[in-house]
Amino acid sequence: MNQSLWIAKTGLDAQQTKMSNIANNLANAGTTGYKRGRAVFADLLYQNVRQVGAQSSQDTQLPSGLMMGTGVRTVATEKLFTQGNLQQTDNQLDMAVQGRGFFQVLMPDGSQAYTRDGTFQMDAQGQLVTSGGFQVQPSISIPENAQSLTIGSDGTVSVRLPGSSAISQIGNVQLADFVNPAGLQPIGDNLFLESSASGSPQSGNPGLNGLGTVSQGYVETSNVNVVEELVNMIETQRAYEMNSRAISTTDQMLQYVANNL
Amino acid sequence: MDHFVYIAASGARESMISQASNAQNLANASTVGFRADLMLEKVAQISGQGVGSRAYPQMVNSGVDVSEGVINITGRDLDVAINGPGWMTVQASDGSQGMSRRGDLRVSELGQLVDGAGMQLVGEGGPIALPPFSEIAIGTDGTISIVPLGEDPNTLAVVDRIKLVNPDPQNLEKGRDGLLKTRDGEPPVADAGVRMTGGSLESSNVDTVGSMVHMIELARQFENHVKMMKTAENLDQASAALMELS
Repeated sequence: MNQSLWIAKTGLDAQQTKMSNIANNLANAGTTGYKRGRAVFADLLYQNVRQVGAQSSQDTQLPSGLMMGTGVRTVATEKLFTQGNLQQTDNQLDMAVQGRGFFQVLMPDGSQAYTRDGTFQMDAQGQLVTSGGFQVQPSISIPENAQSLTIGSDGTVSVRLPGSSAISQIGNVQLADFVNPAGLQPIGDNLFLESSASGSPQSGNPGLNGLGTVSQGYVETSNVNVVEELVNMIETQRAYEMNSRAISTTDQMLQYVANNL
Repeated sequence: MDHFVYIAASGARESMISQASNAQNLANASTVGFRADLMLEKVAQISGQGVGSRAYPQMVNSGVDVSEGVINITGRDLDVAINGPGWMTVQASDGSQGMSRRGDLRVSELGQLVDGAGMQLVGEGGPIALPPFSEIAIGTDGTISIVPLGEDPNTLAVVDRIKLVNPDPQNLEKGRDGLLKTRDGEPPVADAGVRMTGGSLESSNVDTVGSMVHMIELARQFENHVKMMKTAENLDQASAALMELS
């Protein structure tokens, strides 16, 4: 069948993927710790229709050939780990990472996941957990009668117990960093998994070895730029229309042949 | 019938090919750093007996459009765009050096600097590999400097420099992998005059409106060729009717 139909079809597919990505970003414009995604496109392989330099006769060569592209493909949807804005919540269990690093989370199946979403809570056992109920690693148990809880920028968690003026340290929030955060596998619920592309996690105390610092009473908002997404949406829609126009034009050309010959 | 119908048919076929190439450009209207393919119609004259009227059209590549795309600010560290003419050098899958303008760079799991299509960028001494870093900056001349992971911000280290080249556009052609190659096969020479901007991406340079107009033009051209084929058929019928013994 005609090539331009298939080429334009790959264009439609690509714009559709881009649109889904934009919709996902917009839907998560208010999700704490969300990192926006971006669809990455590349042109498909070219086909050699007429080889340049081929013999056009025994003594002559074709001075120029014909290479035809075959469309576009979506290579990846990559996450952009730029810093989101910090929003003050005054909730003493909320934390935001300023700079590189992820909070480490213990999944129910025993594996590790990573998140930038610091809207933490306490469970019935006094453990620090994510809003999904998964334990933060290394685990921090907050005493039942703790009066006030302070988290330092280096991740030190300390509480004041009733009847005591002394502050006692109860644990340390640690962060994990990756060579290539964009290679992490997003699994939903604001969680990411280590992959072969991300490299292995390097955990440590916040503020050391290039890791970011922790801010108590803040959450990191989504890094989606709504205006940019809307502009992208307009661009995507127009590109989609043009590709669909290419299909209908080719269709008309074929129809013309069928009707007139 | 002579060769009339064949000439008209080849015209229709070549318009269709041209339409496919135009669709390829439109399909890549949002591929970062894509350069539009240019097509040219050539005349392939066939000499022989009779009048010299047998001139078949033939579509050939006439290189790529080297005009610049729009530069969009993204704010990402590893997004770079080339300002003005010039190309980044990447390693093609066959080991040769190709040129591209796509600047959505990332670091692969092996610490190599690759572009969005997964092609490795070439520096001063071959493909660029980066040690683990906490900060990265790409200078206007392609110099990559990093703050190694776990070091203070003042320990900025220069790792490599992206090989920026600017060969004569006449000497460029697109390879099968979509990378630009030199026609003479010589690896391009580094050019200190090429400038980059960080935190931004250059879009595809496909002129979408122009392509739409071209698409309509090609469709009409195609219809004209089909009309010619129809005319050839009519002429044939007329001469057959003359011969008829009623």
